[in-house]
Amino acid sequence: MLSRTADNLYWMARYVERAETAARLLEVGARIALLPSSHGFRSEWDSLLRASGTSIAFEKKYGEPVQRNLESWLFFDRDNPSSVASCLTAARENGRIVRTALTTQMWDALNSAFQDLRVFDRTPRSELALSRMTEWTMRQTALLRGAMEATHLRNDGYDFLNLGFYIERADNTARLLDVKYYVLLPSLEFVGSGLDNYQWTTLLRAMSAHRAFHWAYGGEVTAAKIAHFLILNPQMPRSLVTCVEGANIHLDRLARGYRRSTRAQDRARGMLAGLAELRTEDIFEEGLHEFLTRFIRETADLGAAVHMSYLSGDVR
Amino acid sequence: MFAEGAGGARVREPYARLEAWTRDMPAELRQMKQAEAEQLFRRIGITFAVYGEGGDPDRLIPFDMFPRVFTAAEWTRLERGIKQRARALNAFLVDVYGRGEIVKAGRIPAALVYRNNAYEKAVAGIVPPKGVYSHIVGIDLVRTGADEFFVLEDNCRTPSGVSYMLENREIMMRMFPDLFRENRIQPVDSYPELLRRTLASVAPQKCDGEPCVVILTPGHFNSAYYEHSFLADLMGVELVEGQDLFVEGAFVWMRTTEGPRKVDVIYRRIDDAFIDPLCFRPDSMLGVPGLMDVYRSGGVAICSAPGAGVADDKAVYTFVPEMIRFYLGEEPILRNVPTWQCGKADDLKYVLERLGELVVKEVHGSGGYGMLVGPKSTAEQIEAFRARIVADPGNYIAQPTLALSTTPTFVAEGIAPRHVDLRPYCLVGERIELVPGGLTRVALTEGSLVVNSSQGGGVKDTWVLAE
Repeated sequence: MLSRTADNLYWMARYVERAETAARLLEVGARIALLPSSHGFRSEWDSLLRASGTSIAFEKKYGEPVQRNLESWLFFDRDNPSSVASCLTAARENGRIVRTALTTQMWDALNSAFQDLRVFDRTPRSELALSRMTEWTMRQTALLRGAMEATHLRNDGYDFLNLGFYIERADNTARLLDVKYYVLLPSLEFVGSGLDNYQWTTLLRAMSAHRAFHWAYGGEVTAAKIAHFLILNPQMPRSLVTCVEGANIHLDRLARGYRRSTRAQDRARGMLAGLAELRTEDIFEEGLHEFLTRFIRETADLGAAVHMSYLSGDVR
Repeated sequence: MFAEGAGGARVREPYARLEAWTRDMPAELRQMKQAEAEQLFRRIGITFAVYGEGGDPDRLIPFDMFPRVFTAAEWTRLERGIKQRARALNAFLVDVYGRGEIVKAGRIPAALVYRNNAYEKAVAGIVPPKGVYSHIVGIDLVRTGADEFFVLEDNCRTPSGVSYMLENREIMMRMFPDLFRENRIQPVDSYPELLRRTLASVAPQKCDGEPCVVILTPGHFNSAYYEHSFLADLMGVELVEGQDLFVEGAFVWMRTTEGPRKVDVIYRRIDDAFIDPLCFRPDSMLGVPGLMDVYRSGGVAICSAPGAGVADDKAVYTFVPEMIRFYLGEEPILRNVPTWQCGKADDLKYVLERLGELVVKEVHGSGGYGMLVGPKSTAEQIEAFRARIVADPGNYIAQPTLALSTTPTFVAEGIAPRHVDLRPYCLVGERIELVPGGLTRVALTEGSLVVNSSQGGGVKDTWVLAE
């Protein structure tokens, strides 16, 4: 497969996944903002911006984190490269360039989302409820993944698409978890309180895993259980270990198909081995934020290795 | 004026069944179907990218649901004429890049060939595999009577629009399956397979094994990008950009996730001037440095071959009937439109005296730009054009305004006659082939003769009925 084609497929998947995360972030923010809170909604929203890595750009454009502006920023704003609209547009552009490598159904899903976006752009904001927009986003991304699973040839293109999804999702789950850290940072006395649990629960809801969590753990919601669920539980589809495992599976498939292994496989195996030995206590000992920061860096390294080994066009 | 749908007071035979179809179709259904067609085009992504003009970057070409119909007998004659022309054009190209017999015989002026902008000295002396320079010949035809067809123009480089031929059919079949059950319409969907075979058949001698064929596109900002990706998709070949290819040793390679892979045949959809910055335009980012050296040494086939454009020039066009007689020893089956060359003193005088009656075109113009349609122009427009012709007569040709045929077309008020032309696509490789069909373009504005999509033209499905 052309390196450029693989690159476009990989990024198409990453952007789709990123759009979904932006929508999930918005949902977390909106729910947390409904809480009566001693320090107002400001710091919660701020934590969202920091998790998405766009707080400086937001402040420059809007100043005060007013809810309406935040919604615009995270959903509609083309100046924000991580907004839902920007990500879906970028995904569609990547898809359009490699139309030949997508199935009709995948293109249809991608292109319909783009056409809907154009309708939203022309619709007065007062008529677009936030929950409707976030649900719409998740439905679109689910459609695309579904179309891919049902129709895409199980070839190397499929592996690059999946690598995009898994690497982006690993990064995003880590970032969503980190929101929790930012929210709690100002007042550690909340740990274990009703408010704390409400926030954790909100996070689970945003990941569409609220019920799943109860099925898997039952009983009390505790920080340790949730951390285990989102980081170490291979049953949880968005957990870090599931994502790293997924990346490993598709890198192994590539190595078999191409009959050669690269630095990318080494990296991914290293990450998986690290997670396999980990216990929740180790994570809290290291510090949740410190652990997540390290994980996000390792994920970026894996992305760089995939780029060097397959996507740069200098593969020899 | 010849109305293809109506012979005198009654409906012409090939359109007979369609007459009943439209008569029975309620206006609401027609509107619904039209909207459905547009939605299909947009969903599939069959758009016409227009960047840098503002507005919708993905424009749809208007699609008219009323098909254009040819009988088997009509088509057989067209097919023979088109193949004949494609053979002559290729013989001409091999000749003028070789011994130049036709010029030596005094049948075509030397200056017209060798001083032509499209003549590429860089390929002189090269005989490409199977003696083919132009592998996809798009021939634009108009009709003026039951048995009268004229060739308007030859396109020997990278004729576009074939994706519309295929998609128009696809959409018609989806929307009106009954029509296809009632009428015996010859299929066109073997085109991509024929194209692939044609391209593979001209692989260079140095290629051993299954030839690796690619389509070279300028990229997704090009207006025909949809077509490039569509063809690559249906042929199962890679769609590459210049940056995906590089030259090493005596071959061209493409960058893949598994390392370099040798490329044997390049169906390029970029102009000569951009294919190799070392040979042509040094500022081009679209092409592949060193590609021409590989081409010259027989390491790769380029379709169409660089330099093929010298055969489709509007001034050279005048001599195509001469080529047919000279190379094939046959009489032309399809006629040219009578053409005056403003570069010739007598012709210029004639043209300037009758500007109001003629169509004047720039020799290198395309897409309906840079032309004067005398009878449709104001006195000022004519005078302004006169000044341009006098300033550079060699750059213009003139033709009489033909009474172009019309076909029934859906318009706001119902069905009305609109002018059409036709572009069939002839494939030239080891064999010469074309599918029974082509792209019919229709001037949607009443009375207009201009069918170009850039000037408000639309497209419609083209049927060739089985015997």
